[in-house]
Amino acid sequence: MTTAPAKAGWRFRQPSVIPGFGLTLGFSLAYLTLIILIPLSGLIWRSAALGWADFWAIATDRRTINALEISFGTAFIAAAVNVVFGTIVAWVLVRYSFPGRRIVDAMVDLPFALPTAVAGIALTTLYAPNGWLGSLLAPLGIKVAYTPLGIVIALIFIGLPFVVRTVQPIMEEIDKEVEEVAATLGANRFQTIARVLLPGLAPAIVTGFALAFARGVGEYGSVIFIAGNLPYKSEIAPLLIVIRLEEYNYAAATAIAAIMLALSFVMLLVINLVQTWSRKRYG
Amino acid sequence: MADPEIKSYALHHESQSAAVTESRPAKAVLMIVTFAFLGIFLLLPLIVVFNEAFAKGLSAYTEALTNPDTRSAIHLTLLVAAISVPLNIVFGVSAAWAIAKFEFKGKAFLTTLIDLPFSVSPVISGLVYVLLFGAQGLLGAWLKAHGIVILFAVPGIVLATIFVTFPFVARELIPLMQEQGNGDEEAALSLGANGWQAFWYVTLPNVKWGLLYGVLLCNARAMGEFGAVSVVSGHIRGLTNTMPLHVEILYNEYNAAAAFAVASLLAGLALVTLVLKTLLEMRYGAEIAATRGH
Repeated sequence: MTTAPAKAGWRFRQPSVIPGFGLTLGFSLAYLTLIILIPLSGLIWRSAALGWADFWAIATDRRTINALEISFGTAFIAAAVNVVFGTIVAWVLVRYSFPGRRIVDAMVDLPFALPTAVAGIALTTLYAPNGWLGSLLAPLGIKVAYTPLGIVIALIFIGLPFVVRTVQPIMEEIDKEVEEVAATLGANRFQTIARVLLPGLAPAIVTGFALAFARGVGEYGSVIFIAGNLPYKSEIAPLLIVIRLEEYNYAAATAIAAIMLALSFVMLLVINLVQTWSRKRYG
Repeated sequence: MADPEIKSYALHHESQSAAVTESRPAKAVLMIVTFAFLGIFLLLPLIVVFNEAFAKGLSAYTEALTNPDTRSAIHLTLLVAAISVPLNIVFGVSAAWAIAKFEFKGKAFLTTLIDLPFSVSPVISGLVYVLLFGAQGLLGAWLKAHGIVILFAVPGIVLATIFVTFPFVARELIPLMQEQGNGDEEAALSLGANGWQAFWYVTLPNVKWGLLYGVLLCNARAMGEFGAVSVVSGHIRGLTNTMPLHVEILYNEYNAAAAFAVASLLAGLALVTLVLKTLLEMRYGAEIAATRGH
C-alpha cells in the first residue's frame, strides 16, 4: 500500500518529524484514483471515442437541448429564489432572538439530511391538484405538480441550505461598529443594509448561489416525481441520461453527461471569476 | 471564506439602539417571511410524510414495514452503509493526515479533487460505473469471462454509494486538523511515542467530535442516496432495492401508503441525524471545524 513517493531529501514536501506521510498519501491517492478518477476518466474517454459528428448529432438533438435548458433554467431560477429568501432566513437567524431559534436553525439542514426520493414524493403529494397546497393553488389557475414550476419548487427545497449556510457565518462576523458608523454618518437603516452590509456579503451570496445552482442542475431524486417528465417540456437532463441508459444507448447517455459536466464547469468558472471580482471590489 | 480580520468579540453583546436594528414592523415582516418560507418549504413536506404514512392506520403502516420486500430493502440499505461508511472513514482520516500534517506540492489540487463528487450529478456518478462495468463497458467483457458481477448487484451499489459520500469525512477533518496544528503530535513523538500511538492517543481524541460529525452526514447520505444507486441497481425487488429505491417502486405502483411508510423511516433517520448534529454543534462547536456549509 505504501507507494511512498517521498523519502528523505526530495523537496516534494517539506521535512517534518511526523511519520506516516507515504502511507496516508499513498492510500488516499490509490483510493481516490480507483473510486473517482478512473471512473470519471472513463466517461471522458468514452465521449471522446464517440467522434465529433456523433457527439454533435446528440448534442444538437432537440430533446437533449430542451432537457439541458430545463435543467439549467429551473436550477437558475431556484437558486435566485434561494438567494433572496435564504439571505432573509440567515439574517433572521443571526440577528433576531426568538423562542425556538435553535430548532429553526437546525431545520434549515433538513434538505441535506432528508433522502431526495422522500422529499420528491412528499412535495409531489403536497402540490398535486388534490394536495394541501395544490388544492389551494388550483382555483388560482396555478399548476405546480407535473410542470416545470414543480421542478423549481423541488430545487428550492434542495438548494436552500446551501445559501443559508454560506451566508450565515459571514453575517455572524459583521462588525456592528460598521453599522453604527453608517448610522452616525446619517444613513438610514435601508441605506446601511443596501450600501454597507450587502456589498460585504456579496461574495458569500454568490458562493451560495453557485452551490445551490450546481446542486440543482444535477439533482434527480427530488425532481423526477414532481416533474411529470414530459419530453421537451418537463424532462430534466439527468433523467434523459437515465432514459438513454435504459435504451442501452450508452453513446447518448455519455454525451449528455459530458455536456452537463462541461457546462457546470464553465458556470462554476464564471461564478468564480465574479466572486474574485466582487471580493476585490468590496473585500 | 471568513475574513479573520473582522472579528471583535467584545462587540458581540446585543446593542439594541435603533440605528443598528430594523424598525419593529420591518422586523415583523422579515420574521413572517422566514417562518412562512421555512414552514412551506421544509416543515410541510416533513409533516406530509408522516401524515401519509399513517393515513391508512397503524396496521397498514406496520404491514407495509414488515413486508418481505421492504425488509430486504432495509437490510440492503444497512449493509451498503455498513460497508461504504467505514471505507470512507479510513480514507477521510488518511487523507486528512496527509493533507493537514504535511506541506507538499499539489496539496490544494488534491483537496479540490476530493470535493469533486459534490459537483457531479448523482446520475453521472452512477453512469461512470455503468460505462466501466456494464455489458458494453470497458471491463464488461473481462468481468463476464471471469464470472464477476458488479453492476446490478450489491458491489455496484456499494461503489456508487462510496462515490457520492466520498468527501464527507475528509472535508470535515481536513480544516479541523489544520486548525489544530502539529504541536501535540510533535510533543508526543518527542516523548517517545511512535507514529501510531501519536495518532491513536493524541490526534484521534482531538478530532473525535469532528469525525463523528462527518460520519453522521456521510451515513445519512449513504442510506438516502437515490440517483447514483438507481442507475447501478437494476431495481431487482428483494435483491438490489435499497430503501429509497423501494420508496420509488411503491410510489409508482400507486401504493402511496406503503411508499410513505418506508419514507417515514428515512425521514426518521434524517430527524435523528439533525438532532445529533445539532447536539454536537451545541456541545462541541469549538471542537468541530468552522465549516458548516456543505
